[in-house]
Amino acid sequence: MIVDVNKCLHCGGCVGSCPTNAIFLNDFVLEFNNRCNRCGRCVKLCPVHALTLEAKQ
Amino acid sequence: MKTYTCDVVVVGAGPGGSMAAKFCAQGGLQTIMIEKKAEIGAPLRCAEGVSKKWLQEVGIEPDPSWIRADMVGAVIRSPSGYTFKLDESKAGSEVGYVLERHLFDKALARDAVKAGSKIMLRTSCTDVIRENGKLVGIKAKCMGEEIEIRSRVIIAADGYESQVGRWAGIETKLALNDIDSCLQYRMVNADIDPDYCEFIIGRSVAPGGYLWIFPKGNGTANVGIGIIGTECNNGEAKTYLDKFIDTDPRFKNSQAVEVMGGFVSTCPGLDCAVDDNIILVGDAARIIDPITGGGICHACRTGMYAGKVLTECAKTGDFSKKALMPYEKMWRDRMEDKLYRNWMAKERLATLDDETIDEVVKLISGSDIKEVNVYNLLRVIKERFPKVVEGFEDLI
Ligand SMILES: Cc1cc2nc3c(=O)[nH]c(=O)nc-3n(C[C@H](O)[C@H](O)[C@H](O)COP(=O)(O)OP(=O)(O)OC[C@H]3O[C@@H](n4cnc5c(N)ncnc54)[C@H](O)[C@@H]3O)c2cc1C
Ligand code: SF4
Ligand code: SF4
Repeated sequence: MIVDVNKCLHCGGCVGSCPTNAIFLNDFVLEFNNRCNRCGRCVKLCPVHALTLEAKQ
Repeated sequence: MKTYTCDVVVVGAGPGGSMAAKFCAQGGLQTIMIEKKAEIGAPLRCAEGVSKKWLQEVGIEPDPSWIRADMVGAVIRSPSGYTFKLDESKAGSEVGYVLERHLFDKALARDAVKAGSKIMLRTSCTDVIRENGKLVGIKAKCMGEEIEIRSRVIIAADGYESQVGRWAGIETKLALNDIDSCLQYRMVNADIDPDYCEFIIGRSVAPGGYLWIFPKGNGTANVGIGIIGTECNNGEAKTYLDKFIDTDPRFKNSQAVEVMGGFVSTCPGLDCAVDDNIILVGDAARIIDPITGGGICHACRTGMYAGKVLTECAKTGDFSKKALMPYEKMWRDRMEDKLYRNWMAKERLATLDDETIDEVVKLISGSDIKEVNVYNLLRVIKERFPKVVEGFEDLI
């Protein structure tokens, strides 16, 4: 996941919306773990469009 | 690793956590409340509007230090500008104060401390600890240092993020249509009515949600928007809110001095908010009004109930799911019907087109409802637009 740190408001919305509980908001830093299944929900929901899914390797 | 021991660990120092910590400590339980942020109540994630009645119910004395503005009423505005104005005599329990949340939350935390609770700031829970299948506390990072807090029971008051419950095996996952993605500006120098909270509804304004203007005195207001998850693709909350502010003449000479994001759940609460040695309160339990997104009162109530139930459990030392069930009963008896009714109403509202909303707002502004609440509004709407309330007539 690519986080645009200039946009992210650290609101935790993506954290609470992630169906696999793959995100953690540590103060001002979003951490994504390997439970992420690339469903894209957090990307769509972010109010300021701060997230982008990385291209699959 | 540093280890702390207590009876109850409360994760999150929002209104739900502080009320829970207060009632636990008052009941004689050794209580530690942790908060991951550096300051309780900030940064803001709230429009700060509350009604008044419930404060007494949970034993909170209104205090001028955290009341920013006293509302005369509320206005509901349709997409084409039809308005329905409610003053306090009509508004029943739906109108009240606009708060200073950062001071309100700190006042509740102070009350928890007065009752004997400890607070640890900059301490984020990162997991729960299980031993022989039993929850025995939490793992946390305190100013970056890994610690353990061992407790007889955990109160998950971690708000919308609601991760503690999930780590403990309680599913708090939301359906996309039960999520509202929100954005809010604190606008200054706006030409707004200082006495009325305004709610603007309609697909063209805020798909599946609403836009709000909550005045804070002196031309300042919280102006925000919530959009239903199913309509979000690409930062819609910001796009729609910016469009509104750019075109509404009241904000012509106004500027934002603060921007904040935040989400609310709009489901009728978890299927079960307790399990062995854990209770979920407030937003973490998804207990929040699905129509208004008002959750401060629900967090305070559920926090209080949790504290009271745990005080009873401490007498026998039994914190099993069965022993915690009175908490389930308390919040359901008090709030479940209304949460469910408003959830159904939200589901329906989200499907209405702008023309119908114009008609509905026109209709209710011409009716003579004495006490306006969601229940009475639905009754009036039912007469003219039975389709709108179809499916949940039983609740009306
Ligand atoms: C945009 C917006 C507008 C709103 N407007 C209103 C309104 O006008 N009126 C109203 O009544 N309600 C409103 N709400 C809802 C209201 O803010 C919440 O219902 C209320 O704050 C819930 O209280 P709580 O104690 O359950 O959770 P919160 O107040 O969210 O508190 C949770 C706390 O837990 C902390 N936390 C989270 N995870 C961890 C962790 N892992 N470790 C340690 N700490 C953690 C958080 O930092 C936070 O301080 C609004 C919400 C939003 C998003
Ligand atoms: S929803 Fe968007 S703004 Fe909020 S924390 Fe996630 S990435 Fe940041
Ligand atoms: S893409 Fe889906 S699974 Fe991955 S972090 Fe976002 S919401 Fe969670």
